[in-house]
Amino acid sequence: MTRRRRLLAWFARRPGATAAAMLGPGLAWLLLFFLVPIGLMLVYSTMRRGTYGGFVPGFTLEHYRRFFDPLYLDILRRTVVWSLACTVACLVVGYPVAYVIARAGRWRQLLLFLVVLPFWTSFLVRTFAMIFLLRDSGLVNGILLALGLIDQPLALLYTPLAVTLGLVYGFLPLMILPIYASLEKLDHSLLEAAEVLGARPRARFFQVIFPLSLPGVAAGCLLTFIPALGSFLTSDLLGGAKQVMIGNLIQNQFTVARNWPFGSAAAFVVMGLVLVAVLGYLRRRDVGELVR
Amino acid sequence: MRRVPRGVMVAAGVVYVFLHAPLVALMVFSFNDSKFAATWTGFTLEWYRRLFERDDILEGLRRSLVVGLVATAAATVFGTLIALALDRHRFRGRRTVESVLYLPLVTPEIIMGISLLSLFGLVGFPLGIGSVTVAHIAFCISFVTVVVGARLRGMDRHLEEAAMMLGADEWGAFWKVTVPQLLPGIVAGALLAFTMSFDDYVITSFVSGTGSATLPVVVYGMVRRNIEPSINAISTIIIVVTSLLLYLADRLQADRRLPSTVPPPSRRNH
Amino acid sequence: MATGRPVVELDAVTKSFGAAKAVDRVSLAIREGEFFSLLGPSGCGKTTTLRLIAGFETPDAGGGEVRIGGVRVNEKRPYDRGVGMVFQSYALFPHLDVRRNVAFGLQQRGTARADMAHRVDRALELVRLDPGTYADRMPAALSGGQRQRVALARALVLEPKILLLDEPLGALDLKLRKEMQLELKALNRSLGITFIYVTHDQEEALTMSDRIAVMDLARVAQLGTPADVYENPRTGFVASFIGESNFLEGRAAGPGDGWVDVAGAGFGFQVRPEQPVAAGQVIRIAVRPEWMDLFPVGAVPPGENALPGAVDEVIYLGETIHVIVALDAGIKVTVALRNEGQLIKPLPWTRGARVAAAWLPEDAQILEDDR
Repeated sequence: MTRRRRLLAWFARRPGATAAAMLGPGLAWLLLFFLVPIGLMLVYSTMRRGTYGGFVPGFTLEHYRRFFDPLYLDILRRTVVWSLACTVACLVVGYPVAYVIARAGRWRQLLLFLVVLPFWTSFLVRTFAMIFLLRDSGLVNGILLALGLIDQPLALLYTPLAVTLGLVYGFLPLMILPIYASLEKLDHSLLEAAEVLGARPRARFFQVIFPLSLPGVAAGCLLTFIPALGSFLTSDLLGGAKQVMIGNLIQNQFTVARNWPFGSAAAFVVMGLVLVAVLGYLRRRDVGELVR
Repeated sequence: MRRVPRGVMVAAGVVYVFLHAPLVALMVFSFNDSKFAATWTGFTLEWYRRLFERDDILEGLRRSLVVGLVATAAATVFGTLIALALDRHRFRGRRTVESVLYLPLVTPEIIMGISLLSLFGLVGFPLGIGSVTVAHIAFCISFVTVVVGARLRGMDRHLEEAAMMLGADEWGAFWKVTVPQLLPGIVAGALLAFTMSFDDYVITSFVSGTGSATLPVVVYGMVRRNIEPSINAISTIIIVVTSLLLYLADRLQADRRLPSTVPPPSRRNH
Repeated sequence: MATGRPVVELDAVTKSFGAAKAVDRVSLAIREGEFFSLLGPSGCGKTTTLRLIAGFETPDAGGGEVRIGGVRVNEKRPYDRGVGMVFQSYALFPHLDVRRNVAFGLQQRGTARADMAHRVDRALELVRLDPGTYADRMPAALSGGQRQRVALARALVLEPKILLLDEPLGALDLKLRKEMQLELKALNRSLGITFIYVTHDQEEALTMSDRIAVMDLARVAQLGTPADVYENPRTGFVASFIGESNFLEGRAAGPGDGWVDVAGAGFGFQVRPEQPVAAGQVIRIAVRPEWMDLFPVGAVPPGENALPGAVDEVIYLGETIHVIVALDAGIKVTVALRNEGQLIKPLPWTRGARVAAAWLPEDAQILEDDR
């Protein structure tokens, strides 16, 4: 037997070793550069801040306690509220699109592609597109002025509206795709059965289609809510200094304010919220489904 | 098209316009002969020309390409191996592995950014192209795994067994049967990983330190400092390139049945 | 036909997945050239048994030996065993055309090019596919039946001594399936290759096999020729899985080994056991519908067992007529009568008519316990 065959036979007898060898490099990388750093951050969040912004060992929960300060509670509240608003808006706006695509027959691939296309474009570019539209000298104001509907440019940028709009623009496809996936699997004979039993279109939607699409809706809401919670670029560029989300707070601590422990604690608060959302979802579903 | 209520069609149409109009406007106005957007004054390629004069943009582009290629190569190899292991082997702790794998996909980027910054700071790893590449590999692996995994699921398991009954050993069967079958998925995964790496701002901004700006970081600076149509120009280029890569990836995955176009990365730049 | 030498042997082979035994101490000796079937319901272990022979599964530690040509192969990889295999899903390589699919194995062996082309053509002709028409097609452009033939050609081109087939005809429609059954049988005879065939379709197994191993719950319930297995089923499982059977049970009235009376609940019959039975021993018999006959009550010929009852249903099946009789004792039995033409010689029984269901004691099969 050649050396290669001997090696293969050795591995063949040990499926565990083979799996380990294949999983090894990738998992090691993730362990080292994803899990360990996050663990590190957890540790840091309980340390004191050094005078020049470093760390001083010593367990403390002061950073977490700061979150009970109204200033920070406010930021937390704002983040959660905007994320929820974004999620709801995405649901309302995205469901019709998912529905149309699911019914589209041969146009399906094209329509899906058109949904996904803007999404793959750099987030930065898309956020800038929003700025381009909404700023005082932007396109929206330009059109409104040209049509004579207003005299002065509207202050659209640097408002909660701008941020929420930016969030919706950013995460809409994440809502559309899971819902589409659910709707696509819908067995149309169920609808025909409902029709034969006398259900009108509205009833058919609310009593058959929507309930059966709930897995997709749940997945979409989760996939929209989580990134919204952790977002900072949108509020940074579209919100300005006044519309602060947790993400901005965190970024601030790691750059200007040089308070890494506090920033880490804030990051963990976000992680906590994310985990709550994910666990809530997982109680009913499988992680793998999410990813598909 | 099956019966869809008129209202719903219109609503969907509006949403499509909403999704694309801002980008189209952006691209159109990159040719506008006026520094202050809003009104169309004439066609020009001035803003594109200016891009080429800017060293920071060219440097940023170079760095983005280097990081992108290296990170994509590594992530594709790691990710494909993991996907194969998950699909082909039964082992204990499978659930844990899957969780570890999916976690980066739902973790907000800002958290990955600062945690890596903390790690690099602790061990004294210098911030630069190297640290950026390391970070990019980390967030691309999971993604490639998902894409290749999906392709694997659609593959007949018995193909490799058939090859083995015809005399090929595991190595031969892998290269002669599995890889040709898997290749579209692998390439699609690689293209998407490259796109993600190329476009990344958040994580990169934390771990690149000063002086190692990739293209998105440079663009961010431009957006922050002064808004001039050069930004539209570079944005247009990015949009066009990304769209091409995406189109290619989509064609390669064309024979999948599910949301067959490219799945979106669920935790992209915020 | 088959010579006597065993070419594949399983010696008390056990294979477990976790705590569950998929194959439990199975021993088989398959003879050279024979058409040997592994028959059973889903989950009985037949596919695992085949995969143990192929080499995709290995027996548990201390779980017996698999021998090919008298040589132990437990440690040998599938590509070193020299066995051919046709898969249920055909497993044609989608990215290669028919010619390259069939040539794959030859390539692995480093066959000379000129030789390869010739052998590929011959293999395709063997499975009745014209090389000129089909050799350059891609698998996706072939029908199910054509793909199946290509899969067969791909295995046969290597001239294996043993061919494993894992439910290869399952996806084909009835007519094509019957056609392929005959072709496979013909190939087995003409090429002299040992065929080991897995199926859940008992009719298929009966049609094609020289011997059948009926499997249930990881064990071999019975091993024998189609006639053995059909006419002398050993256990209740075999009696009901293959064809149909009526089951009757009672206790032996007294010890004996000639004619023994058996008393059931409200009825009695006689059996002729091969081995002596004890008094009070539980006797369970299977009687196939076609071994039973119907007579007017009281007009039963001597020497036959008879149980009175009333006709419950008459089912017209074309070639036969099934009469379901509700016995006075409370059980229902099915009697199959030849249809000699309802218009010429109609059945004298209608629903509700009183009849006696009768059979010769020798025609009943005394069953062993299922395990």
